[in-house]
Amino acid sequence: MSASIATLWSHFLRGVKAVRWWVTNVMGDRSYDVYVAHQRRHHPHEKILSEKDFWRAKYADQDANPGARCC
Amino acid sequence: MSKRVSTENVDQSQLPPVALTEEEHAKDHKMSPLKIAMWVAIALLGGMAWVMLAIVRGETVNAIWFVFAALATYLIGYRFYSKVIERYITKPDDRRATPAEIRSDGKDYVPTDRRVLFGHHFAAIAGAGPLVGPVLAAQMGYLPGTIWIIVGVVLAGAVQDYLVLFFSMRRGGRTIGQMARDELGKIGGTAAIIAALLIMIIIVAILALVVVNALGESPWGVFSVAMTIPIAIFMGLYLRYLRPGRITEISIIGFVLLMAAIIAGGWVAGTDLGAQLFTLERTTIAWGIIIYGFVAAVLPVWLLLAPRDYLSTFMKIGVIVMLAGAIVLVRPEISFPAFSEFAGGQEGPVFSGPLFPFLFVTIACGALSGFHALIASGTTPKMVEKERQTRFIGYGGMIMESFVAIMALVAAISIDRGIYFAMNSSAAATGGTVEGAVAFVSSLGLVGVELTPEMLTTAAQNVGEESIISRTGGAPTLALGIAQIMSAFGGTAMMGFWYHFAIMFEALFILTAVDAGTRVARFMLQDAIGNVVPKFREVTWLPGVWMTTAIMVAGWGAILIMGVTDPLGGINTLFPLFGIANQLLAAIALAVVLAIVAKRGIFGWLWIVILPLAFVAVVTVTASLYKIFSPIPAVGYWANHFAFKDALAAGETSFGTAEGAEAMEAVVRNTLIQGTLSIIFVVLALIVLVMSVIVTIKAFRNGGGPDMEDAPVPSRRFAPAGFITTPSEKALEKQWEDVPEVLKPTEAGQS
Repeated sequence: MSASIATLWSHFLRGVKAVRWWVTNVMGDRSYDVYVAHQRRHHPHEKILSEKDFWRAKYADQDANPGARCC
Repeated sequence: MSKRVSTENVDQSQLPPVALTEEEHAKDHKMSPLKIAMWVAIALLGGMAWVMLAIVRGETVNAIWFVFAALATYLIGYRFYSKVIERYITKPDDRRATPAEIRSDGKDYVPTDRRVLFGHHFAAIAGAGPLVGPVLAAQMGYLPGTIWIIVGVVLAGAVQDYLVLFFSMRRGGRTIGQMARDELGKIGGTAAIIAALLIMIIIVAILALVVVNALGESPWGVFSVAMTIPIAIFMGLYLRYLRPGRITEISIIGFVLLMAAIIAGGWVAGTDLGAQLFTLERTTIAWGIIIYGFVAAVLPVWLLLAPRDYLSTFMKIGVIVMLAGAIVLVRPEISFPAFSEFAGGQEGPVFSGPLFPFLFVTIACGALSGFHALIASGTTPKMVEKERQTRFIGYGGMIMESFVAIMALVAAISIDRGIYFAMNSSAAATGGTVEGAVAFVSSLGLVGVELTPEMLTTAAQNVGEESIISRTGGAPTLALGIAQIMSAFGGTAMMGFWYHFAIMFEALFILTAVDAGTRVARFMLQDAIGNVVPKFREVTWLPGVWMTTAIMVAGWGAILIMGVTDPLGGINTLFPLFGIANQLLAAIALAVVLAIVAKRGIFGWLWIVILPLAFVAVVTVTASLYKIFSPIPAVGYWANHFAFKDALAAGETSFGTAEGAEAMEAVVRNTLIQGTLSIIFVVLALIVLVMSVIVTIKAFRNGGGPDMEDAPVPSRRFAPAGFITTPSEKALEKQWEDVPEVLKPTEAGQS
């Protein structure tokens, strides 16, 4: 009985983790991590921007190249 | 910790395969008896649901049948029709690298997990459109709209989105405008770009009109929607200075603040001062949105646009889940007829014109939306990880939007039909009073409708509004429907909250679209003027930015003011223009796709593109011709124009529903602009269509044509294609897990 509750609980936790993974990725929380991983892999000798500067650059880029939102 | 291996020393050919073999595909998709039984069951359920909707005519029909009919049809369309498109038209090859992999830069070109990209893409395509059109179309009864939304998406809307996404991906993420120039030549390409610019202006204007109509004389609505601006600015500052990158966190905070703003709105509107301060005329609100639109479009994105976009994405996903859950749990009974008294006529009070073609332009978003071609050829193709995933993201994403449209339709028609017409008939018809509305609705002679003044006053009281008469534009009707469905959980006491919650999220989507649309239009204009005066291309040259923004805002602002002050009731005359513009863009996108598929030498399956293209071309051209040539003033812009002009010349001071010479002059002016726009649209559409047919015939004669795709580059990564990972994909994923860390590809969405 308690074993099945434990499995249920672990399933629940897995579900919560999956939702969190999806939401934070869709919203953009992970963009900086992606950038850092990319820089480390492909440009190991270049300077990596701080998180604050990364977002500044990203928004400046959006200012210069607006993207559409649909109706 | 994995072994340290230098990339250069490893033979890349030792990597696991990057794609499944044909045999593995065949194995995964083999129809076992169990699968066959499941699909038969889905087909039977869907068939039964359609029978309940279309043939069994009781007094009422349960909302659950809409859900079943939609889901079963979507599943079958996705599993079978989109597979046919994949096999015979797109022919994706997972051995080829996508632009995201080739140009991977950690910013724009990022190979992104398919489920995450699905969310991104959906948030970019879906907004207020699918929430508005179906509500207006309910004038003709529920069945025509339901069939168009569900069947239209499977055969037209999702096909367009999928094909544009795929072909743009094969061209390094090129935009639809650039593809039009490449494939159709200079004339076709230029016509497509001018059409896109005009359409952007029309769409922004009419969406803004929806907001104005929802907020007019509604202090509660004005207060809560106005509060979204300081809340978004607070979020922007938080992300800039306090905790950069914590987007979900601040979105949750922003969401809580929004809820507080809605509750506070009810309280503020209840006080004398609050009611006085926030009860605004429609014209005032329209000017407010115009000024706001300009300021928002020149402010840096981090301050207002980006944070509100986060809020909007967050709400979009949350609201849709909530609405779907509520409809399934509450299962409201629908008392609207399948076909109404107006299905056969031309002069319904909500929108005018016959069912064909006007139903198909009134419902654009949700069934087929040309605007999506701009998104499917913008950011999304730069983030696709594997070619095969485009079916799930493009076709699947559009199906999701269609489902939103169905839910909006169900929610809106769960209200009383008498109330529906009282809310959606123009103030010119109802006089804006309870008595006037009751008299007007009863004059329509609707079967089974007994509208009493008490029904209208009670409904208004329940949602905390002075009046709900002539709240046109669809948003208030949907909000009332949602409030009624949600009252199953919170009782009538909560209806005011839910009504304004619904108004607020629609306004949120629309304001984001207004702001983003103005920016994109400005950018296009800067580029166009830049051909003559190169300085205008510099995005950091502020006078240029301000000037082009002002021109664009003036463009949509003029149409907005025209709609707000129109003596004939703005949205009713302008909404068809919105639909025509959107479907026209769809025709252009499909025309480009037609040329591409023909150049690929695929003629046996070309009908898959021709079918939606021919349909949408006939719809837009016929609708435009009606608007230009119809002798019925309610339908034809020019007929109305000349009728009013003649009346003025004859010295009359009132005509139709317009009182006074000034109002009549306004009608003359408005119909002139509307009529001219109709002509421009149809001419542009015809140019693009003719160019596309010429290119296609040429390709047919030559058995194909030049291929504009980027040269193939071998891929070095693997990911499953659809939402569900198949057994063979799982096995292959396992092999990739054993690859040394240093050789593993990076991507967005890996934990």
